[in-house]
Amino acid sequence: MAQTAAGPLAAAPRALPGIQTAYLDQLRRKRMYGGILLVIFVAMMVSGFRLAEYRNAGGFLSGLPMLGAFPAEVLSEAWRNRANLPALFVQFLPSLVETLNIAAVSTLLGGLAAVLLALLSTRGLAPWPRLIPVFRRFMDAARAMPEIVIALVLIYILGGGPVPAVIAIALHTSGALGKLFSEVAENADLKPVEGLASVGAGWGQRMALGILPQVAPNWLSYALMRLEINVRASAILGFVGEGGIGHDLKLAMQWGQGRYDKVVAIFLLLFLTIVIIDRLSDTARARLVKGAGA
Amino acid sequence: MLLQVRNVSRVFGKKAAVDAISFQVATAGFVGIIGRSGAGKSTFLRMMNRLTDATAGQILFEGRDVLALQGGAKREWQSQCAMIFQQFNLVPRLDVASNVLHGTLNRRSTLATLFNLWPRADILKALEILDRLGIAEQAPKRAEALSGGQQQRVAIARALMQDPKIILADEPIASLDPMNAQVVMDTLKRINVEDGRMVIANLHTLDTARRYCDRVIGMRDGRIVFDGTPDQLSTQVAREIYGADDTFNEAATSTAIPSDHRADDAYAESLMA
Repeated sequence: MAQTAAGPLAAAPRALPGIQTAYLDQLRRKRMYGGILLVIFVAMMVSGFRLAEYRNAGGFLSGLPMLGAFPAEVLSEAWRNRANLPALFVQFLPSLVETLNIAAVSTLLGGLAAVLLALLSTRGLAPWPRLIPVFRRFMDAARAMPEIVIALVLIYILGGGPVPAVIAIALHTSGALGKLFSEVAENADLKPVEGLASVGAGWGQRMALGILPQVAPNWLSYALMRLEINVRASAILGFVGEGGIGHDLKLAMQWGQGRYDKVVAIFLLLFLTIVIIDRLSDTARARLVKGAGA
Repeated sequence: MLLQVRNVSRVFGKKAAVDAISFQVATAGFVGIIGRSGAGKSTFLRMMNRLTDATAGQILFEGRDVLALQGGAKREWQSQCAMIFQQFNLVPRLDVASNVLHGTLNRRSTLATLFNLWPRADILKALEILDRLGIAEQAPKRAEALSGGQQQRVAIARALMQDPKIILADEPIASLDPMNAQVVMDTLKRINVEDGRMVIANLHTLDTARRYCDRVIGMRDGRIVFDGTPDQLSTQVAREIYGADDTFNEAATSTAIPSDHRADDAYAESLMA
């Protein structure tokens, strides 16, 4: 039969021994490159570790046994005051709700912006392919700035409170989720889009009906994962004056004396929140992938 | 008796995809299974390869019940019972020779596999098999870069690398054009005749079944409704297998390149005017 997919390189059929030597040569070359890379990698890791060890105030190995000291102190103190924990849960619940609200609103706003940015910056889907680099660089910039820096600047301008936190986290979210969304959309099958284009659908219609159903499960799980990260980010922003559970955590850890039960209560609340979000994410994803009946 | 299938069933929910089928094959022949989609052909092959578990029954190959095997013994059976899929099921991003070498995975350790270390003898053998199938030139290319017909031959090469006693082919030519379909079927027939390996192929066209098989089994709704030689496969029998009425005309859906097309010529001419 004719060599249907043979390129110009395969034009002249070679004898089997030639092909075998060529393939073995190629294999040997690949293995050699792999070996060299492995050696370089190990050498860099070792030298990097030495540099880090040298620049450290204390030694890494000499400090290692002390690693457990602080958590042990926190846990033992919390265990002594374990009777307080239920009351502390109730006490911190309002600030947890505030932290969660900040996380949820910023994930929603950032996620919506990310959808738009992703579709505008995906090859094959973007309505203005020439502007793809512009949207990409915008997302890079949004990811590059630490949200704590944005929050500090905004607190300076707008004053403390949840609004600067929402803006700071949403900006970072739009950059991070936009990149992930765009990578998912890049792998989406373009055939449905072509089908919709063939009936005269506009860009928005093609995206909403051709791409969204395909990417929804992955987008949703990325967004919920981002919600988890944002809960933590919003707690951290409490340290710099945004309120929420982070503020309580800062006070509890700062004063040290006899307040470690509060620290444990806050960490437990955060842990439970993450677990609940994870379970919700699993359920929602399963429903999306298999349909509501499953 | 080489292969004995005894009352094998597979139930999905309440529906029996395969309903207590039994047959025997004495020698390493070319067996074709035909029937419309959903007749249970694929499910049966998948049960033989142990990709799908059977609900009930026995499949005895050389006297051993392969449906009862577990763990390592099951994987060892799978390595002796090669499967060829409609959509090739190659690893698209790996090169052709690696895909063929996957046929030896059952006797290779996971660690050696992770570092992509194959014995030199196996590599040379893989290239020989590719050469036998006429695609040795493609060995260093990625599998996804090949045409459908070439990919299916890579899949056959992977099967041969397993050195199997039996080759199962699940609609091997359903995704191929007539030319490539013929090449793939000729290859399977050659393996059957030259190597003496048993081939069981699910086929969706009657002319292919007639041309290549020594024995044809017709399935309908999970049951065997025909079991005989290709010559006995008349249009009447085909209508029964496919549950079709008198309007069924196999020439209309045949994928063979037709020699007789007078009937269409007049109409075609009228369109040209």
